[in-house]
Amino acid sequence: MRIALFATCLADAMFPRAAQATVVLLERLGHEVVFPSGQTCCGQMHVNTGYQREALPVVEHHVDVFETALRPRAQGGDGVEAVVAPSGSCVGSVRHQHAVVARRMAEQGRADTGLAARAEAVAAKTYELSELLVDVLGVTDVGARYPHRVTYHPTCHSLRMLRVDDKPLRLLRAVHGLDLVELPDAEQCCGFGGTFSVKNADTSTAMLADKIRAVQTTRSEVVTAGDSSCLMHIGGGLSRLRVGTKTVHLAEILAGEGWEAAL
Amino acid sequence: MTTFLGMPGLPVATERGTLRGPDTFPVAARRALADTQLRKNLGHATSTIRAKRARVVGELDDWEELRAAGAAIKADVMARLPELLVQLEENVTARGGHVHWARDADEANRIVLDLVRAAGTPDDPVTSVVKVKSMATQEIGLNEALAEAGIAAVETDLAELIVQLSDDTPSHILVPAIHRNRAEIRQIFLDHMPDVDPGLTDEPRVLAMAARAYLRRTFLAARVAVSGANFAIAETGTLAVVESEGNGRMCLTLPQTLVTVMGIEKLLPTWRDLEVFLQLLPRSSTGERMNPYTSMWTGAPRTSDGAPDGPQEFHLVLLDNGRTATLADEAGRQALHCIRCSACLNVCPVYERTGGHAYGSVYPGPIGAVLTPQLAGMHGHGADAPAGGDPVDSLPYASSLCGACFDACPVRIDIPSMLVHLRAKHVETAQAQRRVPGLPASAENAAMSAAAWVMQDAGRFSFAERGLQLGRLLARDGRIRSLPPPLSAWTTSRDVPAPPAETFRKWWARTRGDRS
Amino acid sequence: MTTSARDEVLRRIRTALGRTGGAAPQPSPVPRDYRTSLGQEPGAPGLLDLLVDRLVDYKATVHRCAPDAVGATVAAALAARGARRLAAPSGLPAGWLAAADVETVTDGAAQDGGALPVATLDAVDGVVTGCAVAVAQTGTIVLDSSPDCGRRALTLVPDYHLIVVRADQVVGSVPEALPRLDPDRPLTWVSGPSATSDIELDRVEGVHGPRTLVVVLVEG
Repeated sequence: MRIALFATCLADAMFPRAAQATVVLLERLGHEVVFPSGQTCCGQMHVNTGYQREALPVVEHHVDVFETALRPRAQGGDGVEAVVAPSGSCVGSVRHQHAVVARRMAEQGRADTGLAARAEAVAAKTYELSELLVDVLGVTDVGARYPHRVTYHPTCHSLRMLRVDDKPLRLLRAVHGLDLVELPDAEQCCGFGGTFSVKNADTSTAMLADKIRAVQTTRSEVVTAGDSSCLMHIGGGLSRLRVGTKTVHLAEILAGEGWEAAL
Repeated sequence: MTTFLGMPGLPVATERGTLRGPDTFPVAARRALADTQLRKNLGHATSTIRAKRARVVGELDDWEELRAAGAAIKADVMARLPELLVQLEENVTARGGHVHWARDADEANRIVLDLVRAAGTPDDPVTSVVKVKSMATQEIGLNEALAEAGIAAVETDLAELIVQLSDDTPSHILVPAIHRNRAEIRQIFLDHMPDVDPGLTDEPRVLAMAARAYLRRTFLAARVAVSGANFAIAETGTLAVVESEGNGRMCLTLPQTLVTVMGIEKLLPTWRDLEVFLQLLPRSSTGERMNPYTSMWTGAPRTSDGAPDGPQEFHLVLLDNGRTATLADEAGRQALHCIRCSACLNVCPVYERTGGHAYGSVYPGPIGAVLTPQLAGMHGHGADAPAGGDPVDSLPYASSLCGACFDACPVRIDIPSMLVHLRAKHVETAQAQRRVPGLPASAENAAMSAAAWVMQDAGRFSFAERGLQLGRLLARDGRIRSLPPPLSAWTTSRDVPAPPAETFRKWWARTRGDRS
Repeated sequence: MTTSARDEVLRRIRTALGRTGGAAPQPSPVPRDYRTSLGQEPGAPGLLDLLVDRLVDYKATVHRCAPDAVGATVAAALAARGARRLAAPSGLPAGWLAAADVETVTDGAAQDGGALPVATLDAVDGVVTGCAVAVAQTGTIVLDSSPDCGRRALTLVPDYHLIVVRADQVVGSVPEALPRLDPDRPLTWVSGPSATSDIELDRVEGVHGPRTLVVVLVEG
């Protein structure tokens, strides 16, 4: 399948390994990955902080870029069949927020009335990585090997906005050599919440402290998740407390040990 | 002049200090988080109730269908609210009750006070009333208003009694004393309950018995009771109160006069609709298949033989107090669907750690964070000043948007989406009030505008990424331990990894640049 | 004054809904895809077992008996309690207390002075009543102020409440119970003895309502 990668701004700038591993994994599975170079960001930070007017041009831009990617080549597009992002949160924003912003801004006369429908069309073809693998490509065993003790944090937006359910766990269970340990109170938020982590830093930190305690009880070498943002938060806490557990994006595990050789 | 959000002509709630606390959420939360006993009490109580709820909800294989029905019924109520209220009024009146309408808290308090006074005589005035736990009367500050007029309001729900005896404020919709553990409750009883057994232990059963003994004579002698209502059935004029202890039954049965204060949104259209809500509410609130007692009465109730059965003077006070302002916002009116079960509080990771007082409103937790700003109105202050802004304005931000509240809500109120909506409303109000046209409303606004300008163009974005690379200079051992404000709020407890040597975009261009 | 508040609130609601005059909207259809019945006839053995299980779970005491053994079962329960003086509604079936060695005061009966004062209700050892309907799935018994249930104070003030439930009064679920009830009657839904969860959210039985609930379930 020909698939467009939406790297997400955070992975692009700060955690390129998540996006690189996604490319390596999909190519290993025999798919063709395209990176529409005009892409930037889904605008979630703006929307979740209340700045929908400011988010509008970002949303419009995202829709423009991926609408083009989804258009057949004969019509000047990339002819991709799907868009994938290594982030439940950013896909959640594309799927659940873009049309909302478009409608609100159209009501205020700031956006074109057709934008919401275009956003919905792009959203319908946009998948989080585990969704793409399990639902669209129909694989759970991606042929990876990763001989480590790992615990999985099901990030809130993957779990409750996208309802990815146990898809990431099914993928992880099929990884050879991986020792999967259940994370206590796994469904509790890590406390990131975008600008929440700064506006309500004390509460956010209290939530993070409990998440880190839970991670520690698993005595895992690695904590993984489908979102670089939550991993940045958990990892930031682990690093500050000098806990040895590493944060590794789900895509990097599914790409398999030694995937960097393909870089 | 203060500008409130909402539709012109639809006023928000009367300011009585019950919705707008003294501090913004981050400030109050910081205080609460420092209280380790509070953290322990809340953690214990909320994890207990979460497990109970999960167990009884799991017993029903049609839970999602019940939720869908509950949501649809409430949406229908809102669409037909004027007609249903008039129908309720007709049915209550036809069966011997009296209906009063109150535009705001002050008017409701005046109505209740007049009714309490009318229940007495010059020689034998009513000096106290018994109360069933009610959010509406807390919202309007009824106890304080009655006290100002020399009338004592005795709270009879155990948790409300604990709060009242210790001159505290409620911190939970269902269990107002959730922030207290058994040892603290024992001490409150020893310190404040007249004639209490000095040998009182902290066993919950013993504490409950002390409350029974303390209130018994009060119940048997009460002449006037004040209650709220869980449901009112428009089709029949029936009111319903759902409770556990029997204090509700005492108040609703023994006195001659009953005054029920109810928000206009608590209606259900038909008798049959109770089959949905009597299943949703107990399982969501106390985690029981059914609560011990539910009382239903219509007007001045009579037995099948026609004998009086309970208060023959029944007054229903229908309260607006900001509800119509809430109703006016199509994206926010769902907050009025709330049946006050508290499930969203019990699953909220923020509430679990800060407790209810941090919200500064009688409606705490996720539902409070969407209901309070709509009832009380936001000022548009403090978009980027969590410490200095308006307490109500800070509430929509008191959430990590984790979504646990939406999943727990028995009537499917999409609280996370509503929080995002209210944040936008708040920012738009702040922007409309900026002092110098053309300049950003705040430093945060300036930063957001700049970020948006960068994010709408890949060239600008990759240029900004180059700037980010400078962050590598701040890093030691691959981590950054300190950043300047406002990002210092992050680095007080969390490191930031050093930016990578090569962004994804550059890597792609270098390795696969010939494609796409 | 109240009239103007009424008009004002109704006007505000119409404004909020963006309705300027015109007819009221039709009721929207409600998706009722939930279970409206457990699929068993009232009194089916499975329902009786479920009711007993749920009553016991919420700390009620249950005795099961045949129709001709109601008097003896009630008498034994009252004897075990040590009850001497009992309150009863005026329409209590004659046989229910026939075998019990107790003094009975009847609410609303002329010979007992009409409606019993609260002080009398507070002084009796308990009350015996029938019921209107019982809900197996939730362990709930509904009292409806009919002659064998009595008025509400009667079953509230005494500390001990014995309810006789006939098998044909037992339905499966809440949706099956509501059509059997008259909303014009004052109703009390009882699920176990009075309880509170207000201390650390742990359920503790026995606060202001009757602290002991005994159910005699009449089968067959």
